[in-house]
Amino acid sequence: MTGPGEAAPSRRSLMQRFASWLSIAPLVLVLVPFFVVPMLAVIAASFMESDGFGGIIFHPSLDNYKELFTSMLTMNLYLSTLKFTLLSWLFTFLIGFGVAYFLAFHVRSTLLATSLFLLCTIPFWTSNVIRMISWIPLLGQQGLVNTVLTGAHLVRQPLKFLLFSDFSVVVAYVHQLTIFMIVPIYSSLARIDKRAVEAAWDAGAGRWDILRLIILPLAKNGIALGSVFVTSIVMGDFFVVKVMSGGNSGSVVAALFENISVLQYPTAAAQAVVLMLVVLLIATVILRSVDVRREIAR
Amino acid sequence: MKKPSRARTTATSRRQFSRRTLLKGAAAVAGSGAITGFPTIWAQEIKNIELRHVGVSYSVVKAIGDQASKDLGFKVTMQNLDTSAAINRFVTQPASVDIADVEGWQAKLATKRGVLQGIEAKRIKEFPNILPIFTKGEINGKAVSRQGISPFEAMYISKPDATTLHDGVADYLTFLPQVYNADSMGYRPDLIGREITSWKELINPDFKGKAAILDVPAIGIMDAALCFESAGLIKYGNKGNMTKKEIDFTIDHLIELKKQGHFRATWTTFDQSVQLMAAGEVIIQSMWSPAVAAVRVKGMPCVYAPVNIKGAKEGYRGWCNGMALMKHLSGKKLEAAYEYLNWYLSGWQGGFVARYGYYSPVPSTAKKVLSANEWDYWYEGKPAKAPILDPYGVAMEQAGAKRDGGSFMDRVTNISCWNTLMDEAQYMNKRWNDFKVA
Repeated sequence: MTGPGEAAPSRRSLMQRFASWLSIAPLVLVLVPFFVVPMLAVIAASFMESDGFGGIIFHPSLDNYKELFTSMLTMNLYLSTLKFTLLSWLFTFLIGFGVAYFLAFHVRSTLLATSLFLLCTIPFWTSNVIRMISWIPLLGQQGLVNTVLTGAHLVRQPLKFLLFSDFSVVVAYVHQLTIFMIVPIYSSLARIDKRAVEAAWDAGAGRWDILRLIILPLAKNGIALGSVFVTSIVMGDFFVVKVMSGGNSGSVVAALFENISVLQYPTAAAQAVVLMLVVLLIATVILRSVDVRREIAR
Repeated sequence: MKKPSRARTTATSRRQFSRRTLLKGAAAVAGSGAITGFPTIWAQEIKNIELRHVGVSYSVVKAIGDQASKDLGFKVTMQNLDTSAAINRFVTQPASVDIADVEGWQAKLATKRGVLQGIEAKRIKEFPNILPIFTKGEINGKAVSRQGISPFEAMYISKPDATTLHDGVADYLTFLPQVYNADSMGYRPDLIGREITSWKELINPDFKGKAAILDVPAIGIMDAALCFESAGLIKYGNKGNMTKKEIDFTIDHLIELKKQGHFRATWTTFDQSVQLMAAGEVIIQSMWSPAVAAVRVKGMPCVYAPVNIKGAKEGYRGWCNGMALMKHLSGKKLEAAYEYLNWYLSGWQGGFVARYGYYSPVPSTAKKVLSANEWDYWYEGKPAKAPILDPYGVAMEQAGAKRDGGSFMDRVTNISCWNTLMDEAQYMNKRWNDFKVA
């Protein structure tokens, strides 16, 4: 016969376990049918064979992956996409960090800083497709920039590299994605104790040393979060590349999409799985360097 | 009104006529007096029917659906998707579509997938009047090109539920042609200074950095093939169904051109092609006829290149969209669908699409709704005697203007290949991406 003293803890732990299950239930209910199941379907399809007109033949093999990994095309597509990812990351980071730094350290009033921060989000009230397309009349051969440059006799011929080039793709990405750097970096910087900076200043540290030894390490979490946003968005996008490069550049997702448009689902599924693994790998490497849980929980 | 009048000049008589035919069909299905033929009862029966006609924006047009709803008494909803999303929806979500708007190659895919039901040719009133390009694969007694997937090739099946195409005429149709045209190139006459009548001009080094090509792999590669064939670089067995070797040759040459900086851009949508030309980025590119007109409406000179067949070279790349009935349609909804198909070919739609440069498979009915001036301009290739208005009443061309490419007959008899999906589509896509990423 068990006494009440013994029964109570086990009942409590059962209750506790039930409560914790209950609290994650909403997320599980959303993620399982809308993420896990489709994901498993994609992974399963990636091992199958296509019948050439939209059907999937149950004939498990590694052929789709073999084809992908032995093709120079895969290599070239990833190189192209990684190039855009790296460039976009670099410029969004430089601009994003600069803006966040200014807001956090140079704007004295918190109210003003917050209002300026909100101002940064105004361009995002319009769709990013519109924001991207607006660059075309600006950068074209008869666009605003070239008209001004040729009008001022700074160049003799309109600059062609401004549009339908790697340059215009990066411009569009940086324009679209800098906010994803500003927000997390600003939130990290805003939490830095100003006294630490003053102490370093008093101890004779220069501006650069303070940035390098105090601010950057403390902003690491924000930078990492922003980097994950930017890299995963660029890796998974094809529309910006397609439009802004004038169709002159390929991308991993564009190639995948072409396969879907001719109903080659298994090949497309394998491409999707590989892309997912690559993005996961990049995100893992970035997040290894920081404690995101701490950042979010703080 | 025992026999419907042949001359159906007004919307009212058309409406009465089509309702009667539908009634006959419906009564036959019902097999009893459930539907007795009183218009009011019929109106009650059909007013809750909704047909979803799904397809690309240049073929499935809201204004046409609205007019059909008005004339027929039931609701027709037009839904637009791009080519790729459309075919994916037809084969993976067939129940979400009633009437699929498909090209020949899509009809072939959807038929193989078993998502369509055959259209009974004898229930299409205008079927005997459809141009023989579609129904017999010939025009003026001359066989129409079978390079690519011609509408004729993709049109027939022997049984309503067949999953393979029937070569030659049969009683059931995979799709009913509704709109088509012949594509070539557009160019800026003011900047080029001479007439362009040949595909090889698109790859002429004179236009380096000022040319663009269509970036839809399946048809972009055919435009490229027309160029290379025209330049005498290669002779294709079938441009619409290349061998791997032919694909390699074509893509390798495209890559070479790209590396020389020949292409300013490639385009995917109608609007992009208009923008490229109107913004002065390119002076020659593969282009669709209404896109050329859209550039001209912006006040910029632009000509649609007539690329008539010369020997075994040149010619237009033809395309044709048609309506297909999804397998799930039955009962009253199927009757309504047949009525809609019959309405579609009865003239109003033919007149509507003519006003932006596309053709009806039954020109004889379109002619009834077009003015003599419009008919002469769009179909006969004669100079306009009065301003030409687009379908929404906006002036497009002034009196005296002449349509590029000449008459309807000049165009359609010069189609040398059709939009397609090659047997080696997957390989071709892969190589096309090599071109994109090069």
